[in-house]
Amino acid sequence: MSNDLPFLEMEKKPTVQVTFDGQRLDLPEGENLAAALLAAGIQTFRHTAKTGAPRGPFCMMGACFDCLIEIDGTVRQACMLEVQPGLQIARPSAGGGDHDPE
Amino acid sequence: MTQSDIAIIGAGPAGMAAAATAARHGATVTLLDEQPRPGGQIYRDVDRVNQPRADILGKDYQCGATLTRGLRDAGITHVKGAVVWAIEDSFTVSYTQNGQAAQVSADRVILATGALERPMPLPGWTLPGVMTAGAGQILLKQSGVLASNAVLVGSGPLLYLIAAQMVRAGTPPRALVETQSRYDLLRAGKHFGGALRGAGYLVKGLKLLAQIIRARVPRYTAATDITIEGDTRAEAVTFRNRGRTHRIACDTVLLHHGVVPNTQAARSIEVPHLWDNAQHCFSPVTDQWGATPVEGVFIAGDSAGIGGATVAERAGRISALKALEELGQISPQARDDLATSLLRQKAKENAVRPFLDTAYPPCAQALSPADSTLVCRCEEVRAGDIRQYAKLGCLGPNQAKAFGRAGMGPCQGRYCGLSVTAILAQENSLGPDDTGYLRIRPPIKPVTLGELAAMHQSTPADAAE
Ligand SMILES: Cc1cc2nc3c(=O)[nH]c(=O)nc-3n(C[C@H](O)[C@H](O)[C@H](O)COP(=O)(O)OP(=O)(O)OC[C@H]3O[C@@H](n4cnc5c(N)ncnc54)[C@H](O)[C@@H]3O)c2cc1C
Ligand code: FES
Repeated sequence: MSNDLPFLEMEKKPTVQVTFDGQRLDLPEGENLAAALLAAGIQTFRHTAKTGAPRGPFCMMGACFDCLIEIDGTVRQACMLEVQPGLQIARPSAGGGDHDPE
Repeated sequence: MTQSDIAIIGAGPAGMAAAATAARHGATVTLLDEQPRPGGQIYRDVDRVNQPRADILGKDYQCGATLTRGLRDAGITHVKGAVVWAIEDSFTVSYTQNGQAAQVSADRVILATGALERPMPLPGWTLPGVMTAGAGQILLKQSGVLASNAVLVGSGPLLYLIAAQMVRAGTPPRALVETQSRYDLLRAGKHFGGALRGAGYLVKGLKLLAQIIRARVPRYTAATDITIEGDTRAEAVTFRNRGRTHRIACDTVLLHHGVVPNTQAARSIEVPHLWDNAQHCFSPVTDQWGATPVEGVFIAGDSAGIGGATVAERAGRISALKALEELGQISPQARDDLATSLLRQKAKENAVRPFLDTAYPPCAQALSPADSTLVCRCEEVRAGDIRQYAKLGCLGPNQAKAFGRAGMGPCQGRYCGLSVTAILAQENSLGPDDTGYLRIRPPIKPVTLGELAAMHQSTPADAAE
């Protein structure tokens, strides 16, 4: 446990490898993906399309859509996903992938 | 397509209690929730937490396990991780689970979609590191992740609960920046009689406060001029208190000034909503059974008006009893016999609300944000933009869509809808009911073309069943 990270994990759990924006991360398997990324020190999950402002998880309950990340070309809410081995996570490109809010 | 007597959306206390009651009296129930496990917001992951985490979260949390046990009834199909995005044609409920869309049909629908935290637009609230206090609590409940250097900003009982849980976890907040004032407490005095009927609630609140004070967490009440500073992430909170400006450095800011009904599902099927002055939010029109003017649709729990977990549980059972009677599974007499004490308990537990609502009103600065403050997080629309629309003759949130994109992003106004209504109402000197709310159309959660295609491919097989 490092004290300079904004978030601490209470328990040590078995981890699996994923990548975030090309960076290799070891995240606890089966845990909430947004929580795991925050605990790994990732704060900015995406940038807004309009102004490029940085955003990270805000509600953790699937309501705000600020935790959007891209997996296999699909933009999804990190707070509604769980960590699986081998996930290749990207910051969504400004326009978004196969994501159709209307 | 699966067929059930009753489809229930939301597996929090309201939805779980409704499902158990309905199944016990012979109805078939499909219970849908977008979370992977039952519990709702208050009891999130209650079946999975380990003992240290359960101790931190407290007894009120742990008793949620009684409700999750109630779901082990052959009549209940709990579809986990099911994001409901449409309710149509009395009734087909469409949802996505594991990237595939599917449908269930039912004769009655009980919406138990709970609450959302009230939008709290303050300068800097979109920076990474700023979250709702509930989000901070979800990190703890669901993942055992703690914000180690956080400031809590806002007001209300839930803010104290979360602060006390952080104290117990060994990561007390750096400070509590509270927006309610002593005058609010004085004003609440006239509701003290009602509060005494819910004395247990008050005692719990005082115990939480005692834990926070014992841990020497600095508290600043009646805080104004709150700003979250930071360039690419939250770095500090500044505010004024007793004529002085304070700055508290931190990594995380947890915002909370109450919860409001999550009305998306109900609005998408045109259940009428009215402004509730005491709770400062819109609530759906329901009768004592939770029945709405839309035939066959019930709303139970916080999505019908904020009452908290025990009220939600009773409300779920009450709606289920009425649905059972309508479906011919119990007699009107049995319905009334079973409902009498539930209705009485619910009224008793609700009696504390007027006191709490008055003592912990929403933060004034967030109800009337400065022009430069972002209101719509998704489309980055500022309060000043919305005031400008009003000057150009815009009267309501749907008209506002012609001027800009407020409320048109993926969150569909969940974190700006009430702010847009409030600002337009202030500018036009109209009430919230006359100003109205964003029109919510399905899908209420984004659904991809790929997910839809999977559903349509499976339709011919369903038809052949
Ligand atoms: C973040 C948060 C934390 C809270 N923590 C506490 C607490 O610790 N203690 C306390 O006393 N009160 C807490 N509350 C207040 C809380 O609202 C009530 O106490 C209680 O949870 C209300 O129960 P409910 O059954 O009405 O709704 P909830 O418990 O909120 O359950 C609603 C359920 O509906 C689901 N849902 C919503 N929309 C959809 C959809 N479209 N598709 C599928 N599923 C959907 C959600 O996933 C959720 O599980 C919290 C509220 C929030 C918002
Ligand atoms: S953090 Fe709000 S949707 Fe994920």
